[in-house]
Amino acid sequence: MLELSGVSASYGSVPAIHDVSITIGEGEAVGLLGANGAGKSTTLRAISSLVKMTSGRIRFAGVDLSTLPPHRIPELGIAHVPEGRQVFPEMTVQENLEIGSYVPRAKAERRRTLELVYGIFPRLADRKKQLAGTMSGGEQQMLAVGRGLMLKPRLLMLDEPSLGLAPVMTDVTFEKIGEIHKMGTAILLVEQNVSRALSLVQRAYVLESGNVIMHGTSAELANNKQVQAAYLGI
Amino acid sequence: MLETVAQAVINGLLIGGIYALVSIGVTLIFGVVKIVNFAQGEFVMIGMYLSFYLSTQFGIDPIASLVITMPVLFVAGVLIQHFLIRRVLGPNDMPQIFLTFALSLLLLNLALMLFTANYRTVHTSYSDEAFHLGGLYIPVAKLIAFVVAMFLSGALWVFLHTTDLGKAMRAASQNRDVATLMGINPNRVFCVALGIALALAGAAGSLLMPFYSAYPFVGQVFVLMAFVAVVLGTLGNVMGALIASLMMGIAESLGIQYVGADSGLLVVFAMLLLTLAFKPNGLGGGRAR
Repeated sequence: MLELSGVSASYGSVPAIHDVSITIGEGEAVGLLGANGAGKSTTLRAISSLVKMTSGRIRFAGVDLSTLPPHRIPELGIAHVPEGRQVFPEMTVQENLEIGSYVPRAKAERRRTLELVYGIFPRLADRKKQLAGTMSGGEQQMLAVGRGLMLKPRLLMLDEPSLGLAPVMTDVTFEKIGEIHKMGTAILLVEQNVSRALSLVQRAYVLESGNVIMHGTSAELANNKQVQAAYLGI
Repeated sequence: MLETVAQAVINGLLIGGIYALVSIGVTLIFGVVKIVNFAQGEFVMIGMYLSFYLSTQFGIDPIASLVITMPVLFVAGVLIQHFLIRRVLGPNDMPQIFLTFALSLLLLNLALMLFTANYRTVHTSYSDEAFHLGGLYIPVAKLIAFVVAMFLSGALWVFLHTTDLGKAMRAASQNRDVATLMGINPNRVFCVALGIALALAGAAGSLLMPFYSAYPFVGQVFVLMAFVAVVLGTLGNVMGALIASLMMGIAESLGIQYVGADSGLLVVFAMLLLTLAFKPNGLGGGRAR
């Protein structure tokens, strides 16, 4: 469904990712793992067209994304939940969710999707009228994921959803992501917490200094000596 | 004594409505597009001249002429965003500052050339009418201007809080990149922001015409007040700009009454300095809307 082939992107003259090739099938959950600064977020930003790629090709459901401006990507069904949550702080929880279904395709089903999201995250339903900026980090993360779901995405890209969350909140967040995946949404999960990520996804890519250095099923990677030493602390 | 104070407050409040229209436009552009529009006052001036000519040439009442001045200036705002401002939006602020500043000077000089420096006035049937309430004097033209200004401000608030496009504008003002991830086209939202801001300036022009003279530099009076109101009311905050504008109108009027006829602005700028020194984020202390 999503296919990156030989994608390179840079910020100014500093290359951020180099020759990255990744595929994600319909309804699949795939991880993008690696240390801080490995190029995981840049890969997501390249898919969302927020950074321009210098070479390579990105295709989603047969559409070439490289020619599209960033605001045209969501209507294809790609939701990007950015790092650090980034909810709209001066808007209410419900307004944040509504704006998540801004594109016509999602807007038509707004009422039903809203019920679904409140079903997954009952906490958000309790706080409908609260300003998003006044909620706790964990609640904001739920809102950011919920806002992504409002798009009715075929692919949900999550950038470090566990960042800065207490372990209990991380458990809840990963449990919810698992639920969303079981409902048939494909997931591209960026995580530094490798063991956590591998328990959720079926396959994963390991990035280092902007290059894909390893790729395999979760079981393969969890048993790989190099991965164990570098990321799992075994 | 009490009556004099009440009269000064009423005078200030009524003109504060006009300040509100101008400052809401400035704060909306700043909040959404992140640029300071130094030319906002010139669009009030253009609104006044448009209104003046519609009145003298076609006999259209100046206040009623806002149904023409508002759409005309809305379109002008969209075009200015799409063809000028869009080109200078980027990490560097300087081109943006100089663009709107240059636009201000260009429009001023164009007005001097086309309309000369003469003062133009329109005399309507209600220009000299007033209500007398107790000992208080309420000029009809200013009252209409105030009521319409409050109605337009309220309509903008409703638009920003109930429509998808309005919410998209607030979202873009709070986090432009993430708004793009929602499928919001930034340029479209910026065009609408410029359009609305200039339409409000046009409305201010039409509403002023029955009791104020049009001349090329007239916008400077209002843009100065608008910038102060925008700072007092917290940059980017529409409701803050509205409340600050009304407060400034009252402060100016009390200043004229009690400090001296030429000292109205003194009180206003004292307010600005004190606010900046003690509450640099504005009186509300909050952020965008």
